[in-house]
Parts: sequence; C-alpha cells; structure tokens
Amino acid sequence: MRSHAKRLPSRPVILLLQLCVLVAFFGLWHVLTETKILSPFFFGTPGAVLARTWSDFASGVIWYHLGITLLETALAFVIGTVAGIAFGFWFARAPLISVVFDPYIKAVNALPRVVLAPIFALWLGLGIWSKVALGVTLVFFIVFFNVYQGVKEVSPVVLANARMLGANSRHLFRHVYLPSALSWVFSSLHTAVGFAMVGAVVGEYLGSAAGLGYRIHQAEGVFDTVGVFSGMLVLTVFVVLIDSAVTVIEKRLLHWRPQDNHGGQH
Amino acid sequence: MAEAAAAAPALQLDGVTCSFPSPDGRGRSYTAVQGASFTVADGEFVSIVGPTGSGKSTMLNVAAGLLKPSEGRALSFGQPVTGINPKAGYMFQAEALMPWKSALDNVAAGLEFRGVAKAEARERARPWLARVGLEGFGDRFPHQLSGGMRKRVALAQTLIVDPKIILMDEPFSALDIQTRQMMENELLELWAADRKSVVFITHDLEEAIAMSDRVLVLSAGPGSRLIGEYRIDLERPRDVAEIRMTPRFLDLHQEIWGQLRDEVLKGYAQTKLR
Repeated sequence: MRSHAKRLPSRPVILLLQLCVLVAFFGLWHVLTETKILSPFFFGTPGAVLARTWSDFASGVIWYHLGITLLETALAFVIGTVAGIAFGFWFARAPLISVVFDPYIKAVNALPRVVLAPIFALWLGLGIWSKVALGVTLVFFIVFFNVYQGVKEVSPVVLANARMLGANSRHLFRHVYLPSALSWVFSSLHTAVGFAMVGAVVGEYLGSAAGLGYRIHQAEGVFDTVGVFSGMLVLTVFVVLIDSAVTVIEKRLLHWRPQDNHGGQH
Repeated sequence: MAEAAAAAPALQLDGVTCSFPSPDGRGRSYTAVQGASFTVADGEFVSIVGPTGSGKSTMLNVAAGLLKPSEGRALSFGQPVTGINPKAGYMFQAEALMPWKSALDNVAAGLEFRGVAKAEARERARPWLARVGLEGFGDRFPHQLSGGMRKRVALAQTLIVDPKIILMDEPFSALDIQTRQMMENELLELWAADRKSVVFITHDLEEAIAMSDRVLVLSAGPGSRLIGEYRIDLERPRDVAEIRMTPRFLDLHQEIWGQLRDEVLKGYAQTKLR
C-alpha cells in the first residue's frame, strides 16, 4: 500500500514551499503592476497595500472595526449555537414536530440568506444587531442539523447499556445524548464560526457604520483599490487566526474521538 | 415475603412469544421466539445456544426489560419484569461503552446513575479496573483500547453495580480465540467469587459447555422454541482450554451437537433462502 503513495517531504520543507507560493504571489503582483501590465489603479500594488495596512494598525483605527466585526461574529455564533442545540434536541426527541416542520426547515435553509440582510437592517437598524441576526440565520441551521443528527445517531446499544446501568432520562440526556450531539456540533465548529463571520461581514457590507465589511465597502465607494485589498488582507489574516483557535479548541474537546472518525455535516 | 423472594428463581420466562412487524411494514409479522419457558436458579450459570437468527438476543432483551414480549411474561426473583429489570446487568455483543468517557468513567457510570458522587464513584471504579486487569488504563478512551480491553471495561462496568443476574449476549464473539479463552477463564473466576446468576448466550457450543451449569438449546428461527436442556456435570473450577480435552466434555459435546446440528442446518438453509 505504502510503496504506491508518494512520500511527502518533511514539515519544514513543506512550510518553506508554502512560503515560496506566498512570496511568488506578491512578487508577481508587484512585477505586473510595476511594469504597468496591470493598472495600479485597478489592482493596487502590494507595497501600497502593506503600507496602508501597517498605517491602519499603527494609527489604531482598524482595531475599532476589527472589534466590532469580532463582537458581531461572537454574538452570532453563540446565539445561533444555543438556539441550534435547543431546537435540534427538541426536534430529534419529538418526531411529530420534526415531520411537520421538515419541509419548512428545508425551505428556509435553502433560501440564500443574503436577501435577508436588507430586511434585518430595516427591522434592527444599522447597528450590530442586524449583522448578528444575519449570522444567526446562517449558524443556526448548521448547528441545528448537526445536533439533530447527533441525537438521532446515538448508538441504540450505548443507549440500552446506559439504561441497564440505571440511567434515568436526565442521565441519558447528560451522559449520552448531549455528548453525542456536541461531538457533531464541535465537528462543524469551523463551518459555524466561518458562517458567523460571513454574516457579520456581509451585513456590514450592505449597510452599517463600522466593521471590516464597512471599511471595504467605503474604500470601494471611492475607487480606493488599495483600501479594498488592505481590508481583504486584514479579514483573511483574521479568519485564519480564528480558525486556528477553533482547531485548538476542537482538539481539546474531542480528544476522546479517534482521528479518522466521521466528520460533521457541513 | 423474604422467604418467597429467596426461593424464587433469579429469572423465569413463562411462555414468552415475541413477534415483530415484518420489515416491509405490512403483511405477516415475524415471530422470533415462540412460547419460551425456562428458569435460571439463583447462582446458576446457564448458557443458551442456537443457530444464527434463533432469537437468542430477543429472549435476553425480554429478561432485561428492554423488550416487552407479545405474549407471556418474565419474572426476576419473583417480580414481574416491567420496564428495565433493576436486578439485571447486561453485557452486549456490540460495543456499548460510552466513547466520550474514559475507561474509568465508563466503569463509574453505573454508580453515578445510582446517585453516588462523581469523585467517590471514580474511587470505587479504580479497584474494579484492576480486577479486570486494566490498572493504569483508566485514562484511556475506548477507541484507544483493544477489543479485548474494551470487553474487560464492559465487564467491570456491568459488575460494579452488583447485579443479581448477569445477561451476556455473545460478549466475547468478536475476540480472537486466545483472548477469548482468557476472558472466559477470568469471567468464571469473577463468577466463582460471588456466584451471581448468569445467562450466557452464544452460538459456540464448546464455549457454552465449558462455562455452564446447564445448556439450553434453541431451535432454528423463525418461531424458535427451546428444544433441549442439558445439565453440565463437569467439575469446577474449570479451565476452559483444558476442559475441552476431557472425555466427559467430549461426551456432552457429542450429545448436544447431535441435536444442535439439525437446527444449525435448518437455520443455514433459511439464511440461504433469504
């Protein structure tokens, strides 16, 4: 088996290669805009983008917007997750409810959530809550489906065993259903956090007075491509950082699970 | 009252019949067990053997209170079994440990469910892990243990709550033969220490004879009935590997196999038809 698979180089070598791709990307961008093959007006220049990003951080204006986006993301994530867990449990344990509501849940989930953003802005104003609401509609369904699945997929043997050991319904919830459902929630943590962020940024983009999405939108409005790319850069680094934090949390919470086990529904 | 309870058998099945709706949801129902009646005395080790698909697990589920029989009833120490049988411990054929709990917490779970504080439950679970030979493995999660080790954890998990009757559904069938014989010997040792009643289900006749006081034979399904009962008068303590060589064991094996063989063939023919 092994002999057929190509051996990968060691980790430092891979890191070095990954760094090369990054440098090559910025290098190519630099060369193309310096030689005016690509217009610096439409594509910016890497030097200007980095300088702008640096000055934004140095002057401190960006921190406020980062904080707003982070707050919206966190609120959307927490509210969406709690609601998703509650409803997921309820639906999984009440078959009639789940059968009756099934087509509506599917319909709402199929709706592209971006179209809700103006409605939320209308209802909740241009402050953070319209962005949180948009994020919640995205996060809720991921968590909801995963909890539903987690409760449904509890091994009947594990369940029977716990009952034989004397577990009452409260014990079953605490020791069997909840851990099983949470394992599915945690395995979809990356997607949920990502969607909370999408909700926040898209919401800001479509109408707000603060946040990273707002910054990008403002820069776009005055054809400030350097500002747009700088905003995208900050957003990207921000997402990567949050995603690595989620990976650390996931590893701590799911250490009981074998590495090659099922992934959550995404 | 106390006298009556003492005299009552650990388990008594009275004309138990179990029918299930057919898998396609309509038409005839499927009868797994038909009119099964037997008793297990207090402290007795009884094995039930039968071909695949003969409803062995069904009968055990009735005794455990996990399944309500269509007809007949189950009594445990004179009490009708309605709902989970509180005097019974159950060792399942499939993996039944909670994968999100460590070995120690899995063993402690039964005590926790009975209201023992978590710290105390853990302290009491530790010696049980040692008794099944897993000292120092308490922190491992089920997926970090071998199949044999998981069965040991399951055994400790079942025994720690001190059930008066232990129901075992082919508990060692997934193990390799060496591990299996070791586990069988360990089970016999643990059983000899405090003589609980055991109902042991297996399709392996040698295992049944080597371990039991009595072997019951089930006919091939559907509608399995009890068709034979054999008292195993081999001396204890036994070593399951060595006892297989004794002449008395071979006699018993020949006698029971004579009856079981026909049922196995019938059962095999049916699985081919399906």
